Amino acid sequence: MRNLAALVFVGGLAFLLLVIFNQFDFAQAPMVIGQGILTDAPDRVGAANIVTAVVLGYRGIDTLGEISILFAASAAAGLVLGRRRADARRDPPGGFILRSGAALLFPLMLVVGFYIILHGHLTPGGGFQGGVILAAAFFLPLLARPETPVNHAGLSIVEGGAGAVFILTGLAALLQGGEFLQPLLDNGVLGELLSAGTLPLLYLAVGLKVGAELAGLMARLADVEVDEP
Amino acid sequence: MMPIEIGAVLYVGAIGLVVIGIAGIVLSHHLFRIILALVIAEAGANLLLVLSGFRWDAIAPIITGGGATQTMVDPVPQAMVLTSIVIGVGVQALALSLTLRAYGAYKTLDIRELQRRMSADLAGEAGTPLPQSLEEPVGGRPLPAAEGDGR
Amino acid sequence: MIWVAALLVAMMLVAAVTVLLVRNHIAAVAAASLVSLLLSVLFALLGAPDVAMTEAAVGAGLSSVILALALRRLGLGRVKDA
Repeated sequence: MRNLAALVFVGGLAFLLLVIFNQFDFAQAPMVIGQGILTDAPDRVGAANIVTAVVLGYRGIDTLGEISILFAASAAAGLVLGRRRADARRDPPGGFILRSGAALLFPLMLVVGFYIILHGHLTPGGGFQGGVILAAAFFLPLLARPETPVNHAGLSIVEGGAGAVFILTGLAALLQGGEFLQPLLDNGVLGELLSAGTLPLLYLAVGLKVGAELAGLMARLADVEVDEP
Repeated sequence: MMPIEIGAVLYVGAIGLVVIGIAGIVLSHHLFRIILALVIAEAGANLLLVLSGFRWDAIAPIITGGGATQTMVDPVPQAMVLTSIVIGVGVQALALSLTLRAYGAYKTLDIRELQRRMSADLAGEAGTPLPQSLEEPVGGRPLPAAEGDGR
Repeated sequence: MIWVAALLVAMMLVAAVTVLLVRNHIAAVAAASLVSLLLSVLFALLGAPDVAMTEAAVGAGLSSVILALALRRLGLGRVKDA
């Protein structure tokens, strides 16, 4: 009976969504805001990747809210999972291939992660993607050697420092007489590494914050113990 | 002819993902399966958002070479989806850690069992009578016995 | 392009149904990861390379790792029995 009601609900939802999206012309109607940003962004923000210009320039407060949500989720997960007991069973260390592979991949992933973060305003990529790769780079050695102690305090410092840099950059724009999180500095030449004002700095902060948060989260999740039934 | 078809295919894919995900959330009784279904529904919603900014013969919103004035895809939905994906993984990690704790306390992941024992514990702590189940009628009406014992 | 898109969508939907129906939990996580991977290819086709990268890194990579870690801690991560 309950399953039947649920199925009716799901069918109704599918019908509703189909009807709603049947009203729109697919891929035809130009969106006014998007068109405006596309024409306005290259001159005003100076980032070759317009998605970056939207994420950090036009919708910077949105990104600030997003990293706050991520911080809250990671802090809450850390609170719920808590510390491990000292006598809890540890995972066995990884095999030879995993250990040497982790040692080999760690610097490469670090380089790729920072490359993606720093070129976020020029090519596809940016703080979120690069931050995830950084988190994976720091999680890989932990997977190979589970007995390695995780420096959660250091991760918290990186995380908090990156968040502070993001907010301070926004406040500096207020001091200069602009809006909160308005890009500062010179736009530079479109397509060069040091262009688009403070956008690379903001994306670096986002990348470090996301990387530190997710690395801490994965370390906690790998570390928590559950008594075997 | 061609544009309508491909639009229909993509919309069916996106809406199908949302519907499959929500069906999983509603129908499944296993907590871990519910989290997986949530991930799928999220992916479908992201695809819907990206589709809303798609345009024909448009290129990705990245300027290459001397600022060519070719039409580009709407960047705003893409930026929103970018944040949405990362928030999604945060929410998922939080849900998983809560699930781990619930499993540690009750040794089961069946939501009906979990709900029964949690409300029993809550009522025991608070010293109140056990709340009535909303799914069963209060009176002595006979129900088919095998109902809900499946999965 | 329409055939590529149709193929991707069909595989995505099949994988999504597999997530809900398959009994083995590790297989379900793998299928969810497959959904994300196909979705990222679709995003790349739709002119959203940023989103495609994020989906591939987060949805197909990190999210699966987190799910698999949690699964092992739940004691459900065995490949053999359901």
